[in-house]
Amino acid sequence: MRPISYSRVADVGTAVGTVTADPASAFLAGGTTQVDLLRIYVEQPRRLVDINDLPLRDIEELPNRGLRIGALARMNEVAEHPSVIDRSPLVSQALLLGASPQLRNMASIGGNLLQRTRCTYFRDVSTACNKRTPGTGCAAMDGVNRGHAVLGTSDQCIATHPSDLAVALVALDADVIAEGQRGRRSIPVHEFFLPPEDTPDIEHPLDHGELIVDVEVPPAPDGSTSLYLKVRDRESYEFALASVAVALRVEGGMVVEVRLALGGVATVPWRARRAERMLTGQPATTENFAAAAREELAPAVARGMNGFKIELACRTIVRALETVAPDGAR
Amino acid sequence: MRSNTQASARVETPDTAVVRGPGDVEVWLSVNGAAHRLAIEPRVSLLDALRDRLELTGTKKGCNQGACGACTVWVDGERVLSCLTLAIACERREVRTIEGLADGQTLHPMQAAFIARDAFQCGYCTPGQIMSAVALLKEGHAKDDSDIREWMSGNLCRCAAYPHIRSAIRDVRDGKTGD
Repeated sequence: MRPISYSRVADVGTAVGTVTADPASAFLAGGTTQVDLLRIYVEQPRRLVDINDLPLRDIEELPNRGLRIGALARMNEVAEHPSVIDRSPLVSQALLLGASPQLRNMASIGGNLLQRTRCTYFRDVSTACNKRTPGTGCAAMDGVNRGHAVLGTSDQCIATHPSDLAVALVALDADVIAEGQRGRRSIPVHEFFLPPEDTPDIEHPLDHGELIVDVEVPPAPDGSTSLYLKVRDRESYEFALASVAVALRVEGGMVVEVRLALGGVATVPWRARRAERMLTGQPATTENFAAAAREELAPAVARGMNGFKIELACRTIVRALETVAPDGAR
Repeated sequence: MRSNTQASARVETPDTAVVRGPGDVEVWLSVNGAAHRLAIEPRVSLLDALRDRLELTGTKKGCNQGACGACTVWVDGERVLSCLTLAIACERREVRTIEGLADGQTLHPMQAAFIARDAFQCGYCTPGQIMSAVALLKEGHAKDDSDIREWMSGNLCRCAAYPHIRSAIRDVRDGKTGD
């Protein structure tokens, strides 16, 4: 690890001002990504600004039956908070299926959204990676890419977005609240995660020094049942091969409203809008679930070793929908 | 040993937004109830500070990248990975390691249960397993074996002593004192 200097700040204004003024600085929250990537030279800030004393750990209930979650609240404390379990079980489930208990005690909600991909080439500074070092190429294209994305890819990057929480937030239309030099703004979560296209190094719209302060989570649609289903190589402490966040409302056998998002298969937390459109107003049957899943995965691009994810994602979608559909599915 | 130990737990830290480092800076750590003054760079992990500066080598360095759990300690009572924690970020927090678990010469019940249940082979992951196991009971995450499996999943054991580790945890949960 390169030498770094360290500062500790106690209020948001100082935090934002300090990092904004120093291009070689970065925020330090839980540190689970930051310290890891510093040690392997993937991220190389010269100065860390410790924000753990900022008053951003509260979890509040909003009048719309939603939640406001402070950016520095830890994954475990959010997952086990009675208000979150009551109002947003999807968020609780997604958090508890991520990382390990120790990491969840450390990792913050803001940091979870900003965590970097687990692509082995991104993490290996001796290899080509357009996300880490723009213009160098992508070693994953013809490399060991079993874990890589099939949706939202470009010819520059196929790195999978690793967050489970973000998939639940995308399904729920959450907002990311950020504060920067120009003030506070609210960013819809589906606009927060940027697909790689020609600039895979640009992953979100935040300015340098702009800080996530809260995440606002609206309630799931009235009358819906929700589920976060994660499929992975081992039962615990593993990233998703495919995951699905779903909230489904069925009346008289017909899909009235459905929210569907995918993890583990895309370069960003993936809102499955094609499938949602196809299902809405249709009978809640396994046949329709499967057709919608195929429609969502139709634009998928497989490379080398990750072709299995297309079928796996389809089956995971169907399983998730069947699980939350009243009386299963027909 | 390049540290001073003081009986007092009083920990002083510089004011907000002071830039410290990148060279050696004074860092106060409270570990197992004792305050220590260290001269370390800000990049030093809590794990390295414990092992290399405070000679508390019970906490183990396995992967050094947050994957194995061998370095598990408690910070302010919560189990965390000391390899991904900067020592300087632990000022004004209470760190507890495996060395701080026993009551004098009397082992913590979980330590005794690990011995009684033969819950290790090589023993390298054991301090981390025990720090996690005690936390697990305090958290209320040991309802049944599947609960224990899930909430101990951050501690890998390459000797695969998992069944015996679960037995030891069950014993302490159920108030059994060991064979």
